[in-house]
Amino acid sequence: MILSNDTKSKIGEYAKKYPKVKSAILPALHYAYEEQGYLDDSMYEEIAQVLGVKFIEVAEAASFYTMFPKQKRGKYYIQVCRNISCALLGSHHLTQYLLQKLGTKLGETTKDHLFTVVEVECLGSCCSAPMMQVNDKYYENLTLAKVDQLIDEWRAAK
Amino acid sequence: MQKHVLFENINDPKLHNIDRAIELGAYKAWEKVLKSIKREELVQMVKDSGLRGRGGAGFPTGLKWSFVPVASPKPKYLCCNADESEPGTCKDRVLMECDPHSVIEGVMIAAFAIDCHTSFFYVRGEYDLSMRRIEKAIDEAYKKGYLGKNILGTGYDLEMILHRGGGAYICGEETALLSSLEGEKGLSRIKPPFPAVSGLYACPTVVNNVETLANLPRIVINGGQWYASMGTEKSKGTRIFSVSGHVKKPGNYELELGTPLRTLIYDYAGGILDDKKLKCVIPGGSSVPVLMPDQLDTPLDFESVQAAGSMLGSGAVIVMNEDTCMVWVAEILAHFYMHESCGKCTPCRQGTGWLYEIIHRIEHGQGRAQDLDTLLDLAKNIEGNTICALGDAAATPVISTIKQFRNEYEYHIEHKKCLVKSDFRLR
Repeated sequence: MILSNDTKSKIGEYAKKYPKVKSAILPALHYAYEEQGYLDDSMYEEIAQVLGVKFIEVAEAASFYTMFPKQKRGKYYIQVCRNISCALLGSHHLTQYLLQKLGTKLGETTKDHLFTVVEVECLGSCCSAPMMQVNDKYYENLTLAKVDQLIDEWRAAK
Repeated sequence: MQKHVLFENINDPKLHNIDRAIELGAYKAWEKVLKSIKREELVQMVKDSGLRGRGGAGFPTGLKWSFVPVASPKPKYLCCNADESEPGTCKDRVLMECDPHSVIEGVMIAAFAIDCHTSFFYVRGEYDLSMRRIEKAIDEAYKKGYLGKNILGTGYDLEMILHRGGGAYICGEETALLSSLEGEKGLSRIKPPFPAVSGLYACPTVVNNVETLANLPRIVINGGQWYASMGTEKSKGTRIFSVSGHVKKPGNYELELGTPLRTLIYDYAGGILDDKKLKCVIPGGSSVPVLMPDQLDTPLDFESVQAAGSMLGSGAVIVMNEDTCMVWVAEILAHFYMHESCGKCTPCRQGTGWLYEIIHRIEHGQGRAQDLDTLLDLAKNIEGNTICALGDAAATPVISTIKQFRNEYEYHIEHKKCLVKSDFRLR
């Protein structure tokens, strides 16, 4: 058993809202991901059991979306928007700067497990570009000074 | 010109709390609908207002509702499409974060218009703050008795279920949104049947955009004629334009439809960053053709932008200065559509990848003489040959940038480098 009873009961409760239980797969994936930080086959299986759907139905849905990774990522999961509005204001430069500063490569996690840097598509923060989303939070209108300050804070907080 | 309908109270920092929202007039329209307006009158009022969908397609909202067979014994469903993800677009997010009660009041009114008793709010997965604000707004509305059973003693029941997406552009397409809501992969579906007849769980369903819905409380209070007094003959009301890219004051500006593009860019968004020369503008989100500097006097309404050879789309205005390499822009956009194709239709699944590969090699100095013909041929074979609009959306930036900036592509292929090098840096 991996998922906590609390998460399982949240999933069960949320599923009651829907006319059809299969609709609750996506909320269930969110609950499980929030607790575990990644999802794997055994968690799909547990979700399937709670909802009374097939394993493959959970796996299919989970693999379609970008928000349910199968591996754990760094404590600070840095997602730099690479799309047009951010690119016009230097997002490619931002990515390179972060990788260099953290001594890592795109998609890899730093040895201290603190940081993973990826590039993502438009996050709807186009009027406050360039931006990045770190875990759930948006950091907008970024400058090099702001990025330096954030990294220092995160390193100090560990 | 600037006209605050949706943005009337947007700068009030407490607007997202129900008590403050009620002080400023929230839920008056919902009460009016429940107590004194017949369903048919409401549909007619919105038809009279001329309101058209603000998600991108611009379909008349009242007409969309009227396709629902209300007498059907099946349940009817209303889904709010808050899966905003067209590159350049960030207007729905502002409405959800700052004024969530107007948005969910709009859902209530639209639900009433199609005799729906179970509504869904499909919010983009990455929009964490929007999701939390909407979640809180729905909870508060239940506690105040605006949702639930026997609302305000009128006998009308309405549930609202928040559904968080998982990160997929395609789910903003209404049939893919419904697949996703059913717990399936977010794949688009063949139309017909249209959702109004057979949508969620094969029941009559309407999917309306956040901004469209947020207009409804205002229309109910002030009347259809009032709304129709703003805008142009066929494009009524206001629109929130998200201006991004190379401008001095990027932001969301609510303007009357028909305001010239020049006014938006120079008067509201402050003109071009660093006073550089304007190169081109994408006027309606990344999926629409570019407009050139000599088209700046185009009025921003559905018809005029279409006549100028583009589309008003999601109202996202992306401004590019003279230092922008258009092959580089096309590469960024091609990467996006390749990443976001759901994979259901072969022309889009395969074609978006091929478009990206070819543009990528041109941009990186590996272009071949026949590449432009191949790109155009590919784009034409995607366009119109897919179930949903993502295929057309992927083809458009390629066709449009080759049409307007063929010399840049040719220079790339011949000289193995950019004619203008885009090297935008953080400040």
